[in-house]
Amino acid sequence: MNSDSAAHAPKTMYDKIWDSHLVYQAPGDDSVILYIDQLLCHEVTSPQAFEGLRLAGRKPRHPDRVMAVQDHDVPTTDRDKPIADPIARKQVETLRANCKEFGIRLYDLNDVEQGVIHVVAPEQGHVKPGSTLTCGDSHTATHGAFGLIAMGTGTSEVEHVLATQTLRQKKMKTMRITINGQLGDGVTAKDLILYVINKLTTAGGAGYAVEFAGEAIRSLTMEGRMTVCNMAIEMGARVGMIAPDETTFEYLKGRPQMLQGDEFDQAVEEWKKLASDQDAVFDKEIVFDAADIQPRVTWGTNPAQSVNVTDVVPEPESFDNIEERKMAKAALEYMDLKAGTPITEIKLDWVFLGSCTNGRIEDFRAAAKVLKGYKVCDGVRAIAVPGSGIVKRQAESEGLDKIFTDAGFEWREPGCSMCLAMNPDRLQPGERCAGTSNRNFEGRMGKGGRTHLVSPAMAAAAAVMGHFVDVRNWKYN
Amino acid sequence: MQAFTKHEGLVVPMDRSDIDTDQLVPKQFLKRVERSGFGKFLFFDWRYLNDDYAENPEFELNRPEYRDATILLARRNFGCGSSREHAPWAIADYGFRVILASSYADIFYNNSFKNGYLPVKLSEEQIEDLFEREARFRPYKLTVDLVNRRVTDEHGLDLTFEIDDFRRDCLLNGWDDVGLTLRYEDKILAYEKAHGIV
Repeated sequence: MNSDSAAHAPKTMYDKIWDSHLVYQAPGDDSVILYIDQLLCHEVTSPQAFEGLRLAGRKPRHPDRVMAVQDHDVPTTDRDKPIADPIARKQVETLRANCKEFGIRLYDLNDVEQGVIHVVAPEQGHVKPGSTLTCGDSHTATHGAFGLIAMGTGTSEVEHVLATQTLRQKKMKTMRITINGQLGDGVTAKDLILYVINKLTTAGGAGYAVEFAGEAIRSLTMEGRMTVCNMAIEMGARVGMIAPDETTFEYLKGRPQMLQGDEFDQAVEEWKKLASDQDAVFDKEIVFDAADIQPRVTWGTNPAQSVNVTDVVPEPESFDNIEERKMAKAALEYMDLKAGTPITEIKLDWVFLGSCTNGRIEDFRAAAKVLKGYKVCDGVRAIAVPGSGIVKRQAESEGLDKIFTDAGFEWREPGCSMCLAMNPDRLQPGERCAGTSNRNFEGRMGKGGRTHLVSPAMAAAAAVMGHFVDVRNWKYN
Repeated sequence: MQAFTKHEGLVVPMDRSDIDTDQLVPKQFLKRVERSGFGKFLFFDWRYLNDDYAENPEFELNRPEYRDATILLARRNFGCGSSREHAPWAIADYGFRVILASSYADIFYNNSFKNGYLPVKLSEEQIEDLFEREARFRPYKLTVDLVNRRVTDEHGLDLTFEIDDFRRDCLLNGWDDVGLTLRYEDKILAYEKAHGIV
């Protein structure tokens, strides 16, 4: 193919961004050196990367293209006191020291902007359509919601980006998942993505950059789009993305670290060209109908194991494949559930509202709308953990914190919290939690703890009733 | 990084799919700022009965016949979930040199190549056959040869596997990725100049 026809061949959004970030491809090599515009760092996956730099006598190539925040380890109470866990404290302090040494922008623990990295980065305007972004965190796909290649890496690659501002990459295959029609009332972005993961399985997206498209996706807010891309990794896809449009530009305009004024307007004109060309060919195309999607609840120990709230816990024998049957059987044992039990009869000990999946203002509005005028059921402990200090402040300015605390929720400081339970927020063995987070793996919320993934509205309704209910029938006050 | 050319070792079967990185290294061990010493945390929740490291005798790695295993045999989607490189650090530090599975999560697979052990992809049928062979010939040894991309045993098994050239070269030579990329610093500079990045 000559360069002229290559330039005119229809391209996917992934191809366009990939091509514009190609630094070098050695002849005959199937991996390339790809430029990385932005690196995000948190305290857990960065210390060994900075140490690696020091040991090699290197420095970050572009410290102005790196931002950092402490989120995974941090307590969500008593922020005026030093962190009680000495190992967590050391990790938080290590990030602070590394940022200071290398001149990296840190949103520090008690800054109002601090929060979960995938909430803070877009909120502060570090995320630009058409760019490339990495972070030592699998939920980095979140940022693809703005129309960019955003992907999680390990710590060695955090160091690689720090040192070179590039990554060695092999081009992924492309997949487009189109959701036609509109989601029904009470059905959210979270239900949509849990449905898609269930259909594709935990590995269905492995090796692919996935573009989400269709009317149901276009109708989502940026918060909803981030929820969808955030969980792309739960079906194995490192990259999830959505073409930028007016919803995207509206969200980005005026963010502190975003281009401003004329520069922003000019950039918007460029960003409008990012969408996949009409005739672009994807390696795989999958189409769903939004009308088939209902509120979802996971019953097992991976995010693909979900059913509609109106269903029952499935029979392991109902799965076609022997591996799936085996996994389902093990999951039911761990979850202490019997096949055939209606989902609405599953009783809960905890409700967790927050995380990089559902810790944004829209999520707290949805939950507060359900909770207004109700109390959390006796025997249920419920915590609301805003995704950032900015989300917290916004929620408080709308009086949402009052709705949560009046209902009996604990209103916490921002952080990853119970989603991975690195801080003191965790389940005891055998406890069962409805969580708005992204993983229901064994022990994820604490050894022996059991997690059911749901939307914020479903979690709030479950907190009131003490068991799952179909939020579509909720009586709002 | 430790180079990998050829390895002969004992196989431990772990008959599961979707082994996620939370199982490989649970969250409480991610708070360390070091890169070494993670081997004792590998499979912590399955491997130990309590926080005092009392061993669970049922767990595969604790069974006497598998104590010296250096090759881990599992099923599909190995290493899914969190991107934590603590999982590969734990696998390498425990002493595993090879993993055999029918598929891997992308991030985990990528991270593995920075840590001196070899994740081999085989078909589901080949993996099934290896589980059967392990049961039949226990203690079961395999030889994994990266130079020739072959997996062989003493009972006539001879499989070839695929791996991309760049990753293979890095592992064969134990190359450091960053150093390798910096050989092309002129290309990076040229890109930055063309894009007004200073």
